[in-house]
Amino acid sequence: MKIGVIGCGAIGSLFAAHLATLDDVEVWVYDVSSEHVDAINRRGLKLTGLGEVHSWPSATADPSELPALDFGIVATKGMYTGAAVEAAAKALSDAAVCSVQNGVGNEEIIAQHVQRVIRGTTFPAGRMLEPGLVQWDTAGKTWIGPFEPKPAHMDEVETLAATLTRSGMETAALADARGAQWTKLIFNAASNAICSLTLLPHGRACVHEEVRWVMDRVVAEGKSVAAALGVEMETDPADLLQSSIEVAFDHKPSMLQDVLAQRRTEIDMLNGGIVRFGEETGVPTPLNQTAWALIKGLEASWDL
Amino acid sequence: MIEKTCVIGAGTIGSLCAAHLGRNTEVSVLTRRSEHADALNHEGLRISGKSDVHTELFATTDPESLPEPDLVIVATKATQITQAANALAGRFPKAVVLTIQNGIGTEEVVHRSGPWPVVSSVTFMSGVRESDSHVHYELDTPTWMGPYPLSGADYDTARAIGDLFAASGLKAEVMADVRTAQWSKLIFNASVNSVAALTDLPHVSLFARRDRPTDLGHLMHDLIEEGKAVAAAAGIELFEDPWEMNVQAVTTGRTHDENYAHVPSMLTDVRAGQRTEIDFILGSIVREADRLGLSVPLSRALYRLVKARDRSYDDEEAL
Repeated sequence: MKIGVIGCGAIGSLFAAHLATLDDVEVWVYDVSSEHVDAINRRGLKLTGLGEVHSWPSATADPSELPALDFGIVATKGMYTGAAVEAAAKALSDAAVCSVQNGVGNEEIIAQHVQRVIRGTTFPAGRMLEPGLVQWDTAGKTWIGPFEPKPAHMDEVETLAATLTRSGMETAALADARGAQWTKLIFNAASNAICSLTLLPHGRACVHEEVRWVMDRVVAEGKSVAAALGVEMETDPADLLQSSIEVAFDHKPSMLQDVLAQRRTEIDMLNGGIVRFGEETGVPTPLNQTAWALIKGLEASWDL
Repeated sequence: MIEKTCVIGAGTIGSLCAAHLGRNTEVSVLTRRSEHADALNHEGLRISGKSDVHTELFATTDPESLPEPDLVIVATKATQITQAANALAGRFPKAVVLTIQNGIGTEEVVHRSGPWPVVSSVTFMSGVRESDSHVHYELDTPTWMGPYPLSGADYDTARAIGDLFAASGLKAEVMADVRTAQWSKLIFNASVNSVAALTDLPHVSLFARRDRPTDLGHLMHDLIEEGKAVAAAAGIELFEDPWEMNVQAVTTGRTHDENYAHVPSMLTDVRAGQRTEIDFILGSIVREADRLGLSVPLSRALYRLVKARDRSYDDEEAL
């Protein structure tokens, strides 16, 4: 079996490193960073932190070097999905391609370039320490299921889930994976956007009564949109906010890290995604719209 | 006849008032920092830009040593209004007080501290503090002023101050009901300042753009609509339309300089890690909406987000 990981930042590296420990899987990594690619080819891909993993995927910065793949796992930031999948389209032409990215809207973009798409949501988190070396911070499950408009076969979804689980990344195959996706989407829209606007870490924002009021409204709007779409939540995102206060008290959500480093954020796929699906379903989302516009304004301030 | 003026707080606006009024009155200034008072006593106060003024004045950090004035101008930040009122309490029974802060509510704090007739005002003057004794005067737009009726001030009280401003080279417009102008600026300021503080953007043309769904003009417009609904419910007819003020301020209207990007004071405060005036600006709109039973979800959300950015959020001496 040949699996290609498209975009090998922290999340892509977690998947690639685990999968490459399996003898029966040939793992390819495509990433635009030639330093990271060279490091992986020379010294292997290493995870440290929650667990120590050292394995040897084949890495390339040139998508034409990729072989014909059975599965693709797309792990770029949302704003690079289209360009990355298009570049790898030839290798992915007969593959089932799974997004493990943040937010909503990535599967729609992937489906413009490939035939069979898998909707995915993943909770593990980490960060790049140096080329070839990734800190593994958080464990967690991954949920995958056929992307309804251009679905992969359910047996493909089950094969990918079983393979990932065997490699150490616990993954569930679901007929409808939207519940997990919307749970994480709404959680992220509240935590990432509001932490980025207040510059507060996750737990501190959640226990700040006035800030929590805003987060709760972002969540409530998201849940209304999900309900209008007929999505059944995996977990209530409000409970998730609450239960993560202690473990993530001083954790800076990825968007806050992006904002502090003045890197473009994934807001279009998070609060922007809730607003777009809100428009489709006729559900008003004024606070998600506000957070979206404010983060876009913040991004614009870096170019002045 | 106003012969002696005392200015409380010598920031940009206080300095512009003190220096200009020094042309026609004897001026004393109360500062917070002793180095500031020393600089003013030694070097006088200089204004460049729209005016060219150099005034000798008496500056002190000790309110007890202020000479008895005819006019007191309270020009501190709104966040320091309670200290300013305390410094005046029990003194200068014959003086008239002019408040000149962002937002609304400071005239009431001053009125509660003493028997003086109070004139409230709203100003669009702006400048840049080059040093403790030098301010560069940028926008010489008028200051609108009118009596705060509960204090016993009347139109003539306000007109005397307006005439002194005009005779001293500042622009003033005296109104019977200044709340119409205060609320216009309040709604304008509330939206511009809070969006600027959260986005780190100076007041640039993005604030009026409404092409793409995320363009900030939509948010500005929605915030302004909430503020206008509150003003309407409170029975206040606006002097100017805050959305038009926003559009005009980001085009070349006010400065005739298309590269001019004003950094709103709340953005300056947030960047410096200082307490903002959000309670007197967006906070006044939210409180008035609560009093009237109106829903202002966007204003409330932005108010709370800016409060969280406010480093002195837990400071007890708030309103």
